[in-house]
Amino acid sequence: MGYLEAAGVRKTFEVEEGEPTVAVEEFTLSMAEGEFVALLGPSGCGKSTVLNIMAGFLRPSAGHVLVEGQRVTAPGSDRGVVFQEHALFPWMRVLDNVTFGPRLRGVPRRERLEMGQRFVDLVGLTGFERHWPRQLSGGMKQRVAIARALTNDPKVLLMDEPFGALDAQNRRMMQDELVKIWAATKKTCLFVTHSIEEALLLADRVVTMTARPGRIKAVHEVSLARPRDDAAPAFVTLKRELADLLQQELPEEAGRVAGAESRGKRP
Amino acid sequence: MATDTMVMVSHRAGRLGRSPWARRALSLIGVLAVWQLIVWANEAVGFMNPALLPTPAGVVRGASEQVAEGILYLDVLYSLYRVVLGFLLGAAVAVVLGCSAGSVRLIEDFLDPPLEMLRPIPPLAWLPLFIFWFGIGEPSKIYFTAFVAFFPVYVNTIEGVKFTDPLLRRAALSLGATSGQMFRLVTLQAALPQIITGLRLGFGMAFLALVATELIASNAGLGYRIMESRNYFKVDWMVFGALMIGLIGFTIGSLIRAGEARLLRWRPRDEK
Repeated sequence: MGYLEAAGVRKTFEVEEGEPTVAVEEFTLSMAEGEFVALLGPSGCGKSTVLNIMAGFLRPSAGHVLVEGQRVTAPGSDRGVVFQEHALFPWMRVLDNVTFGPRLRGVPRRERLEMGQRFVDLVGLTGFERHWPRQLSGGMKQRVAIARALTNDPKVLLMDEPFGALDAQNRRMMQDELVKIWAATKKTCLFVTHSIEEALLLADRVVTMTARPGRIKAVHEVSLARPRDDAAPAFVTLKRELADLLQQELPEEAGRVAGAESRGKRP
Repeated sequence: MATDTMVMVSHRAGRLGRSPWARRALSLIGVLAVWQLIVWANEAVGFMNPALLPTPAGVVRGASEQVAEGILYLDVLYSLYRVVLGFLLGAAVAVVLGCSAGSVRLIEDFLDPPLEMLRPIPPLAWLPLFIFWFGIGEPSKIYFTAFVAFFPVYVNTIEGVKFTDPLLRRAALSLGATSGQMFRLVTLQAALPQIITGLRLGFGMAFLALVATELIASNAGLGYRIMESRNYFKVDWMVFGALMIGLIGFTIGSLIRAGEARLLRWRPRDEK
């Protein structure tokens, strides 16, 4: 049995009129301890829904999620979450944000500040401990969010497009950083993204989803050594393969719009 | 800052407009000058009985008389006691009820209809009833002030608590927050800016209520002094009383603002 297990997860959302929308169907995934899995798919494919079910924010309509054999029924500190928006507490300084988890558990102040300091250093924010979130850039805020999740020492780290709101340069830098952070902590990670390159740079396994309803379309092992070179032939081959897979999913979503726009120009 | 202004005034009087402090000082001096001019013009033209028109010098004299007679500090103490006690009482009830209604839907559904019915009624309409119920002594004044201060604090607290960013709640939940910790460490903190806004508005209303109660039925306090001075044609005292009320309101308002700036220093500058 896997460390993190999703078995037959299905999620439907009620709509005002007509049949309920099926967001996710037959989602089964088993992750080993210390494994990094990227969940890749076009927007609206239900990959965030899967993550929210694993986090316990949403209940599955059918199926279940297990962490170390324990059934997930609600959010809990065994599953750390990093959101697309940083979700930092704006009234807390960086180090207080980072040590909020241990504080909730009643860890004495001195002890938890030491724990937090280790992760502040790990994410490269040494010297910013006393800053307010408002004084940080988008990338730095996400570093704090990652440090906050890690300081709480969760069994699983769930990341929902955490670099989606960053500009390309920052995004690339954060991806490199995350590879280092992951190497240092060996956390079991589920990373949701719609970027093929991001998935390939980070993950041991890339799980590609279909668009609406979200199902698992393909699973790719990425056995390239880290840090990965995005120009290496094996990387490029995999990237093309995944791009083709995603392309097939496009007509249902953006394809319709793109088709309507370009119809006039085509011969 | 003060030295700069002085330099400005003495050496570059022609460029006064450049310093906002100088402009503000000039504006106040202008008001005094216009006031004095009106007094003189009235004396020359005889538009109304000069005894009914207060003068700047007369107001200063009135102030020193009140200080000399030892009634000023008593009036100030009485008024402060009533407004502070009433405000604290009303605000405390409002914060507690606002937090409960903001976090528990059931409580909100029961509390909201009656309060929404009361809210549009100008609170002064209830003052005679309060006097009827609680007499003309201190209780009616304090309860009425509390009643008036309650509404803005309640409405703002409920909004602040209800509209706490759900993302922050999720973050706290996945860090292991219990519901008590969630309320204390997240919801209350997130609602604090709006609660303080409510407190500031509530204090303004409490002050209004206080003066109203003192004008209607009282034997001490700044509002009472204005009414009493009217009976003795002491127009200078009446103006001075009004200015004192303004001064106290301004001082307490500044204290609240300073507390707010300190408590909410985490906020981005442009949100203040």
